[in-house]
Amino acid sequence: MTLSDTRGAIGGAPVTPRRGVAATAHDSWVVAKRNLRRMTRIPEIVVFGLMQPVMFVLLFSYVMGGAIAIPGAQPSHQTYIEYLMAGIFAQTVTFAVAGASAGIAEDMTKGLVDRFRSLPMSRAAVLTGRTLADLVQTAFILVVLALVALLVGWRIHNGVLDMLAAFGLLLLLGYAFSWIGALIGLSVRSPEAATSAGLIWLFPLTFVSNAFVPVSSMPDWLQPVAYWNPFSATVQACRSLFGNQLGPVPDSWPMQHAALVSVVWSLVIMAVFSWLAVRKYRRAAG
Amino acid sequence: MAAAIEAENLVKTFGDVRALDGVSLDVPEGTVLGLLGPNGAGKTTTVRVLTTLLQPDSGRATVAGVDVLKHPNEVRSLIGLSGQYAAVDEYLTGRENLQMVGELYQMSARDAKKRALELLEWFNLSEAMDRTAKTYSGGMRRRLDLAAALVVRPPVMFLDEPTTGLDPRNRIALWEVIETLVEQGTTLLLTTQYLEEADRLAHDIAVVDHGKVIARGTADELKRQIGGERIEVVVRAAGLVPEAVAALTPYAKGDPTVEKNTRRITVPVSGGARVLADAIRELDTRSIEIDDIGLRRPTLDDVFLSLTGHATEGGADEDEDGGAATARKGRRGQGKDA
Repeated sequence: MTLSDTRGAIGGAPVTPRRGVAATAHDSWVVAKRNLRRMTRIPEIVVFGLMQPVMFVLLFSYVMGGAIAIPGAQPSHQTYIEYLMAGIFAQTVTFAVAGASAGIAEDMTKGLVDRFRSLPMSRAAVLTGRTLADLVQTAFILVVLALVALLVGWRIHNGVLDMLAAFGLLLLLGYAFSWIGALIGLSVRSPEAATSAGLIWLFPLTFVSNAFVPVSSMPDWLQPVAYWNPFSATVQACRSLFGNQLGPVPDSWPMQHAALVSVVWSLVIMAVFSWLAVRKYRRAAG
Repeated sequence: MAAAIEAENLVKTFGDVRALDGVSLDVPEGTVLGLLGPNGAGKTTTVRVLTTLLQPDSGRATVAGVDVLKHPNEVRSLIGLSGQYAAVDEYLTGRENLQMVGELYQMSARDAKKRALELLEWFNLSEAMDRTAKTYSGGMRRRLDLAAALVVRPPVMFLDEPTTGLDPRNRIALWEVIETLVEQGTTLLLTTQYLEEADRLAHDIAVVDHGKVIARGTADELKRQIGGERIEVVVRAAGLVPEAVAALTPYAKGDPTVEKNTRRITVPVSGGARVLADAIRELDTRSIEIDDIGLRRPTLDDVFLSLTGHATEGGADEDEDGGAATARKGRRGQGKDA
């Protein structure tokens, strides 16, 4: 049996690598396709990715909702779920960090990253392909979560365009955070460590914010931290866009300009961490 | 003949460990160099440097004439790499795996698909091509991994312990594939722990230990270097040993050695089968009863032992190959018996 040539045959001209942005876009798409296929083969990942925020919605709104006073409204399940959902959405998108970090750590240990690094492909594509696939997964989870929220009483009051803008801000934040996950995945030694390392710091980040309780109820010294938290800006912007802001917007600069601050934070995080992660990938000894 | 792979004085340290301590080698186009050495000798590190996965601290290397350090991406389009552990995505099917690699080698989607089907057929994976690689046996995964390294028909290939952990049948099947590639002109750098594998596949062997190439030559040259052929006789009874030694002395090219317990006499000779026939006749004339007699040539095992002072599996203190060593031990026994 013999192999018939296609191209790049022995002694023949090798395939010429694409260059620059076109190469990165093409290779990222190939890797993203691969990761999306994996997600359809391991649906558990998406299912568990959904269960956590759904559980939070139910626990927070039914168990704690009646006890938490939202400025401008009486404590009740109904008012709290309107307040809560922007926070839950934002927390959900940041949990994409764990997916990216575990996925990349797994590729490192299985030798796949070595395979990719030995190919004439873009040095950014393995990470971009991963973060793009995670973005698709996050969008899917957001849609399902929104439907669940509608079932338990969440409502939007400002129309479809504002809602889409809010989801845009959320996905941008999630995409920026998945680059943090990429860096973690390249830095730890095992997929198990990557999962914990990807999640653990998200709890203080998401709780010291306006996501679950009004910042005005926190100690004075903590309030500026919570207001300047990148996470709070996105939550505040979404809350306003959904029409879920019951009282006045807190009198703090990042809250008054929440959409702008949210976009700037996301872009800064994305720029810094994508640069760090790609640099790490180039040097990864595996 | 031009060198398809050339390395000069490669040095790489990991902390206190000098993984590569000045490795130099060259592989002429169209030939196979077997890199032989114990665990931690620097075989895998050498391959990782030559395949652009690892930057050496110093030294230079070219593959197909292209500088590995200056133009890594050009090198990548000229090489195929198949590692110790099968680097395939187990949640993708065999076909999807190969297609993805083709597209990442910058083939068009159509060409990548066509090439994937060809390779799957050649590697006897057509029937399993739409199953995820997770369901594949070890041998099938290894074949898929090797197929992935062949997607662009690279002129230079690196196989890092390609048959480690495979059963004898799969190992021989993979050897046949590798031999076909070499017949078609591929230059190959092969690392292995199986001396038998190096003996069969490699034109040239470089023995590596402690990050250095300590010997280089064809298998025959290496064997000759450590000594020639010898006759080994096992006599029926211990009392026959002195007479047998006397009978064999005229043919000896050196001092005979005697192992009393096993009644085994070893006599260095030259002249091959002729001398053996003469020796048998002489013993027969003197009516010395023998249990066994044969002409032995040194094996690569002997070469290895005499060069490194330890067997292939020994001294795995800096085990770059991870936990594979234990599994390998058992396997190698099997391979040698086969």
